[in-house]
Amino acid sequence: MNKELRRISVATLAMFLALFVSTSVIQVFAVDDLRADPRNVRTLYASYSAERGPILVDGRPIAESVAVDSVFEFLRVYPEPALYAPVTGYFTLNQGTTGVEGAFNDFLTGTANEQFLDQLGALVTGQRPRGAAVALTIDPVVQQAAFEAMGDLKGAVIAIEPSTGRILAMVSTPSFDPNRLSAHDTVSVLEAYDQLIADPDDPLINRTISGDLYFPGSTFKTLVAAAAFDSGAFAPTDAFPNPASLQLPLSTAIVRNSSGGTCGSGATVTIETALRLSCNIPFAELGLALGEETIADYAERFGFGSAIEVPMTATPSTFPRGLDDAQVMLSSFGQYEVRVTPLQMAMVMAAIANGGNLMQPTVLDRIIAPDLSVVEQSEPTLFSQPISRTTAETMTRLLVDGVSNGVASNARIEGVAVAGKTGTAENGSVAPYTLWFTGFAPADNPQVAVAVVVEDGGGRGQSGSGNQIAAPIAKRVLEAVLSR
Amino acid sequence: MSSTSPADARAGAVVDLGTPAPTFTEAITIRLRTPAKLRNLELVLLLFAIGITGAAVALVQLGALGELDATIIGYGAGLGMLALGMHVVLRITAPDADPFILPITVTLNGLGVAMIYRLDLADGTAGWESFGIRQMVWTAIAMAIAIAVLLIVRNHRVLARYRYLAMLVGIVLLLLPMLPGVGQTINGARLWVDLGFFSFQPGEIAKIALAVFFAGYLVTARESLSIVGRTVLGMRLPRGKDLGPILIVWLAAMAVLVFQRDLGTSLLYFGLFLVMIYVATGRLSWVLLGLSLFIGGALVASQVLGYVNGRFGAWLNAFDQANYEAIGGSYQLVQGMFGLANGGLIGTGLGQGRPDIVPLAESDFIVASLGEELGLVGLFAILGLYLLLVARGFRIGFNGTDDFGRLLAVGLAFVIALQVFVVIGGVTRVIPLTGLTTPFLAAGGSSLVANWIIVALLLRLSDTVRNQPRLVVED
Repeated sequence: MNKELRRISVATLAMFLALFVSTSVIQVFAVDDLRADPRNVRTLYASYSAERGPILVDGRPIAESVAVDSVFEFLRVYPEPALYAPVTGYFTLNQGTTGVEGAFNDFLTGTANEQFLDQLGALVTGQRPRGAAVALTIDPVVQQAAFEAMGDLKGAVIAIEPSTGRILAMVSTPSFDPNRLSAHDTVSVLEAYDQLIADPDDPLINRTISGDLYFPGSTFKTLVAAAAFDSGAFAPTDAFPNPASLQLPLSTAIVRNSSGGTCGSGATVTIETALRLSCNIPFAELGLALGEETIADYAERFGFGSAIEVPMTATPSTFPRGLDDAQVMLSSFGQYEVRVTPLQMAMVMAAIANGGNLMQPTVLDRIIAPDLSVVEQSEPTLFSQPISRTTAETMTRLLVDGVSNGVASNARIEGVAVAGKTGTAENGSVAPYTLWFTGFAPADNPQVAVAVVVEDGGGRGQSGSGNQIAAPIAKRVLEAVLSR
Repeated sequence: MSSTSPADARAGAVVDLGTPAPTFTEAITIRLRTPAKLRNLELVLLLFAIGITGAAVALVQLGALGELDATIIGYGAGLGMLALGMHVVLRITAPDADPFILPITVTLNGLGVAMIYRLDLADGTAGWESFGIRQMVWTAIAMAIAIAVLLIVRNHRVLARYRYLAMLVGIVLLLLPMLPGVGQTINGARLWVDLGFFSFQPGEIAKIALAVFFAGYLVTARESLSIVGRTVLGMRLPRGKDLGPILIVWLAAMAVLVFQRDLGTSLLYFGLFLVMIYVATGRLSWVLLGLSLFIGGALVASQVLGYVNGRFGAWLNAFDQANYEAIGGSYQLVQGMFGLANGGLIGTGLGQGRPDIVPLAESDFIVASLGEELGLVGLFAILGLYLLLVARGFRIGFNGTDDFGRLLAVGLAFVIALQVFVVIGGVTRVIPLTGLTTPFLAAGGSSLVANWIIVALLLRLSDTVRNQPRLVVED
């Protein structure tokens, strides 16, 4: 009987061992996954009842938790709601969390693995756990300038420091008031949320990194030209036939330059002139000669197709594959199915500005624990090297020419060499244009790369242009950086 | 399972014929002194257990209310008085009983009460509506019944005489919830009997009756059950005519599965029977035969019965959105795991988590609640307590003097182990979730009464082991 009993003891021990293992798996190894599950409301409740860390811009909170007399103990408050809402995102009890609030939730609530020792310490000392502060790279002066320059227009502005990838401004209009969503009264929050969701202007969407994406229009020519030079297939002085109109192969569609006529005078036109005057026909010809594969390859080097994390996840910009000749030609000046985020176009400019080295864009400066120790310091990291230094220098020269002698004239700043490219993208035959400016300054020592997009033709339907509407906004942003 | 108490040394001396037995006077002195030592050890451990309970209730109040109030006296001191009362009864009626069983049980019961009280605070319930007060009342009733059992059953061998009565009681209790009129379906399982003023789960008591019956029956029938019939595929099968009992128990287990819609209870009874028949006969073929019968039955049931199938789906693909949203799906399981994850290694601290989010957090999912607030370390401690309790039970099986007592002790201890495995395994996705309760921790009167009776029986058995010299020395 004892032999059987010993075996039963071993079996019982094995049963308990299974329980020791299963509880360990759930409570230690699977914790991150379980906490990140969107159905886990505990994460949210916990983040409400702990003192959530502030989000800082230049040392001042743009989101902070203040003690209130309620079961949730703390209320999230946004002192400058409209200006920073696209960056901070919102923080709600039952409708999720977005933006920096969402991307750094672990740190803000103090539950990140990096803060484990602090949690342990708080447990021993009996202190309430407190979240860490997240300091951003946003420059309040630049952000303010961009926000004011946008005014009532619908669109987005993003400014990046080319040498580090630090995002200096991230503006999306129309904005919203996250204070309405962080309230503890779930009924009024739901009401506000439904109202914002139903708003046709989509104020909850951060247009710099997400949304429906935009046709880049002529700003995409920058990428095509860079691909042409960097691949070694073409030089800036290579010329293409210069007709006033071009019928697309196997199609009845006609391509025209925005001027309506030829691209300057002469039977042929060089690539550099075509870029300066932003002509569609020579770029359609260049794109076809370069080929879909090469353009797509360079687009990916610049970040197309990647869900870039700033660390909020950006929607990947797309350059389509498997095109016929007509589609390649349309894509070469940023139409057909090429779709981008302003972040992506700013990255193209930042790469050119930084000698071909594209830095990983980020809004994170550092994370600071309640005891003021630095939990995490953001270091500049290389995203990719899409083009060579030589190509970058060539492109800089051409883009400066585009502003000083070309169609991007409204971005000129007295005494500063500004590099830039406008865009006026079509959204079908009758819809208003999407207006663009992308560029950087100063050209000889770039401090900022910028992308500005204005939707709905800036209120001018199909009569406005990127140079008229978007370039002056970019100019104010560039000036704000340069006058620091 | 080793202990350093002098009682062990004495028991060992009797078994080990190599060392000289104590002289007559020595034996008298030991008999007079050691019981007091055992009970004194128990008293110290008991005070420790009561201290843990009091501290847990205090932490709950500090964590959830931010202040202490008088409730702590009701819970902490109430349980303390009851435990000390039982201790005194043991001193008089079972002085040689195992000194660890009572403190372990009181600790578990106290932790359960503290957690249930904590959930009451979260739900804002008070008075007779609150689970905590009802749990305290049931604890008092259960301990009173346990004391009664200790007083009535002075010699456990008497129980063997009533084995067929026990069988009858067990089967009636088991089938009672199926009767129209008294049977009640709660949370999808028909395990309850409505007695007008309160509901009772007779299946909990049935497990004790069945353990008594199995032990009594197997002691007498083990010889014939051990006889080997044909050998098939290298396995020596029992004779065909001996298959009757296992088939009857199998049918009963299947009836529970089909009509009462509870996989856990079914598994519990059948597992208990298999282990006891194995220990009694030493034939592994019984276990394999039984397991294949049960697994076969369960597989058929999972195909035919919607609820079993649903439980399996919720178990295997718990995070699947369709299962998560289905009625009777994995919502509770997944929320329980979120709670456990929220606790992590060290827990949120008592009164500081959100265990109330999980449905049935005070009964079926009390382990998830405790895991959230006490963390993995807390659950390990609880599992360790259960393991120790089961080990004390098995120890009686190893050291017992009579086969009925040994079998009964093993059966009772194993039924606790199996129930813990089925419940916690269900909550942590080792096996599909079932409707059993966690012994001593979960809110529920029937479960408390049944498990305290088991404790009383184990105490009685352990007392017999120690105060009677071993007459039989086998294998």
